[in-house]
Amino acid sequence: MRRNDRLTAFLMLLPSIVLLAIFVYGFIGRTAWVSLSNWGSDPGQALALNPEIAFVGFENYRKLFTGVIDVRFRQDLVNTFFFTLFFLAGCLGLGLGLAILLDQKVRFEGLFRTIFLFPFALAFIVTGTVWRWMFQPQGGVNVLPELIGLPRLQLPWLTTRRQIWQFDWNQVPAFLVGAAGVVLIWLAVQAWRSHRRARSGVQGALGLAALGWALLGTPGVTLLPYPETHGFNVAFIGIVIAAAWQMSGYTMALYLAGLRGVPEELREAARVDGASEVQVYRHVVLPLLGPITLSAMIILGHISLKIFDLIWAMAGADNATTDVPALLMYLRSFRANRFADGAAIAMVLLILVATVIVPYLRSALKGEVRR
Amino acid sequence: MSASSLSLGRARRPRGRRRGRWLVYLLLILAAAFYLLPVYLVLVTALKEPAAITLADTWRLPQTWNWDSFRVAWEAFAPKLRNSLVLAVSATVLSALMGSMNGYILSKWRFPGANVIFPLMLFGMFIPYQAILIPLFQFLRDIGLYGDLTGLIVAHVVYGLPITTLIFRNFYAEIPDEMLDAAKIDGAGFFGIYARILFPLSISGFVVVVIWQFTQIWNEFLFAVTLTRQSTQPITVALANLAGGEAVNWNLPMAGSILAALPTLLIYIVLGRYFIRGLLAGSVKG
Repeated sequence: MRRNDRLTAFLMLLPSIVLLAIFVYGFIGRTAWVSLSNWGSDPGQALALNPEIAFVGFENYRKLFTGVIDVRFRQDLVNTFFFTLFFLAGCLGLGLGLAILLDQKVRFEGLFRTIFLFPFALAFIVTGTVWRWMFQPQGGVNVLPELIGLPRLQLPWLTTRRQIWQFDWNQVPAFLVGAAGVVLIWLAVQAWRSHRRARSGVQGALGLAALGWALLGTPGVTLLPYPETHGFNVAFIGIVIAAAWQMSGYTMALYLAGLRGVPEELREAARVDGASEVQVYRHVVLPLLGPITLSAMIILGHISLKIFDLIWAMAGADNATTDVPALLMYLRSFRANRFADGAAIAMVLLILVATVIVPYLRSALKGEVRR
Repeated sequence: MSASSLSLGRARRPRGRRRGRWLVYLLLILAAAFYLLPVYLVLVTALKEPAAITLADTWRLPQTWNWDSFRVAWEAFAPKLRNSLVLAVSATVLSALMGSMNGYILSKWRFPGANVIFPLMLFGMFIPYQAILIPLFQFLRDIGLYGDLTGLIVAHVVYGLPITTLIFRNFYAEIPDEMLDAAKIDGAGFFGIYARILFPLSISGFVVVVIWQFTQIWNEFLFAVTLTRQSTQPITVALANLAGGEAVNWNLPMAGSILAALPTLLIYIVLGRYFIRGLLAGSVKG
């Protein structure tokens, strides 16, 4: 009886396992294969039912990072980097601020909560459409100051092509290696403190070597034979504001749940010791919110890497200034039928997301087993 | 920290210090204004005559209230709303039922390998769907479902399985195993336990999952824009096309936005508590 039930259980789970095995892992494998092929480089073959495809190795990836034509993809990566940075800062800052305000035993807390969180229920397409109207250069937000008698703003918002904080793409390896060096040195210091001297020595030496190599400008690595300028496209500021408008309520909810989980005795003990309300937050409450900040960063970070619909609706799919890899993948694959190029972009995106998500899943589930 | 133990319950603390309270309320009201400004703008723009929508008068109330925008938007969007409704309801129901069964199995019928299979299933909800889009498109084309609503439903059911399985697994983990043992002694088997014990206790779990899935699928865009034709477009694609055109009267996209947003917004306002539980379950796990 029990043995039979166990078999039934497994058989009932099997359809889902098979579906996910095919639709997630099988399809990822297929995309990986396409990304190593030349499917779509011959337009005549692109949409054929049985296209003639040749294996070209990592050629598509090489072109993305060092090819002359794919400069747009490299700017897209830079765009995603800055977007993620400001989107995370905006959502975490705004979310934490609102949660702390709501934690002050305010009246109408439920009403405020509803107001702060409702954009989360909307489609990114709706948010994008609405904020595109808000950011019209001659109207919307720009004329808002007139309502209280101030001069109107002249900000170009989404229409600007201005780029600031420019750097040469050839410097990217140095940035990455330097960042890795700093992380390694930090790990070495941590290991030293917990008395793991051998580990600390290895990490420290590697870190210093990396840092030194980076400071010399990573000699031996050349991406492009000429300088290629990239930077932060100012048009993204409007998109960050709209994205934070939609998603900050989510971090607010996470933080509020966390704040409500801090035992009142802890706060009371700090108050008895003479801590002011600000000190209670700084020294008692906020340190306890670390794990929530980390999971919020991971969830928001992977959303930001995948951001697609919002930009489509706000700035249009074909706007090169506000392009991101997720959009470029769609355009290359389904507008230009260059499937191999699109697949390579998709794989880069997948690797970026996986480096964020896999450690997160591992630690979350490991903690569960321990309990 | 388990998802279901988290709640946004009201703080029960004695009312304390009065100083600085006006500042708290001032900041809260300013923040509320930031979140509500776009709502105001959408409403007044949708209710203006097209000729009255000038950029300089953006924030003024309409001189004459033009409800016609909604009639026009409704006529244009009714078939797309119907597509979205069929899509969201069927994909939600299917993925919720399968997720409930999976959650039951993974929480109550541990078998060897489950600790490997579950994380592998979960990973599927985080991947950028671009990474499976080309094979998915090929596959649906090959089996003749490209451009068909059924194909889109299949995609949403499959890629919805990880989150529905996760929520139900955590939900059923709270039901004590002793209840199951008692039923087993009474002779209940695999399906008997599910039908007599788990399923009747699942109502709030189903509410959470159904709300979450319905909202996600209704709002989804990438699959919708890649896998449908004109006649099977969901509302998000239709809205993006309408608003993307340059020579557009802004009252229509605004009225369209309201129509597209209303279903999920109503769910959020009426069932907000369950909505928040789904949102927390989707992120804080373990």
